[in-house]
Amino acid sequence: MESLLSREDAQLVDGLRARDEAAFASLVRMYGAGMLRVARMYVSSRAVAEEVVQEAWLGVLSGIDRFEGRSSLKTWLFRIVANTAKSRGVREARSAPFSSLGDDEASVSPDRFLGAGERFPGHWAVPPDSWAGVPEDRLLAAETLALIARTIERLPPSQRAVLTLRDLEGLSADEVCNALDLTETNGRVLLHRARAKVRAALEEYLR
Amino acid sequence: MRLDRELACQEVVELVTAYLDHALDPNDRERFEEHLVFCDGCQNYLEQTRATVRVTGQLEHRLPPELEDQMLEAFRNWRIG
Repeated sequence: MESLLSREDAQLVDGLRARDEAAFASLVRMYGAGMLRVARMYVSSRAVAEEVVQEAWLGVLSGIDRFEGRSSLKTWLFRIVANTAKSRGVREARSAPFSSLGDDEASVSPDRFLGAGERFPGHWAVPPDSWAGVPEDRLLAAETLALIARTIERLPPSQRAVLTLRDLEGLSADEVCNALDLTETNGRVLLHRARAKVRAALEEYLR
Repeated sequence: MRLDRELACQEVVELVTAYLDHALDPNDRERFEEHLVFCDGCQNYLEQTRATVRVTGQLEHRLPPELEDQMLEAFRNWRIG
């Protein structure tokens, strides 16, 4: 199978194979935080998740010679940490991480829409404002970013992990489903709920 | 002639992620876009969602330094083997 690696990925893979500390350090810097969030989908405590990430890196190092580049390097890394965390989670006998999928969370509070007795039920009663007038430096201000970070930190672990891989790490929908063994639908539901909460927090903040 | 019922805003907001991922089937995509033409509220909602994704992408995202150090330590131990 032909390798699909970018040049940058290929260099990092070569570095790892040569046991080069600089290559390892840059991968930890780029993906360590995302890997920790993936681990927290499957294990109950932050401390155990940190152990899982460390164990996963050792798995990466011992497996790098067999890595064929059939996925991007980051997808492979996230897949390894997910698998490491899953087996650890089984040892911890923790329940499946997607139990929260069953409930029906609304993206927007139902009281913002017209009720069944109205002429246009389900249409906006309190529509969102345009953010076209919000200055870019307010949107990207440290305070705004801190609010988003806090909101993400409070998400259920599986929503937090999927949002992190999609919107911070830049994985495609397919790559996330591949890394986390999710169906396309479950991956999208988790992303949808996570983004809806971040948007709602931003709307509240910018109002 | 259209037989499909018009989408309500409350339904549109639940389709936004699928829309942005180009995962709606052609019929739903058309209904979604037709709704937007006449609905400022949903246009704003979509715009807000796009902005949210863009700003989220700007977050700094690193392990705490002591954890990074721990990983490097593990790497050195592994290399010594």
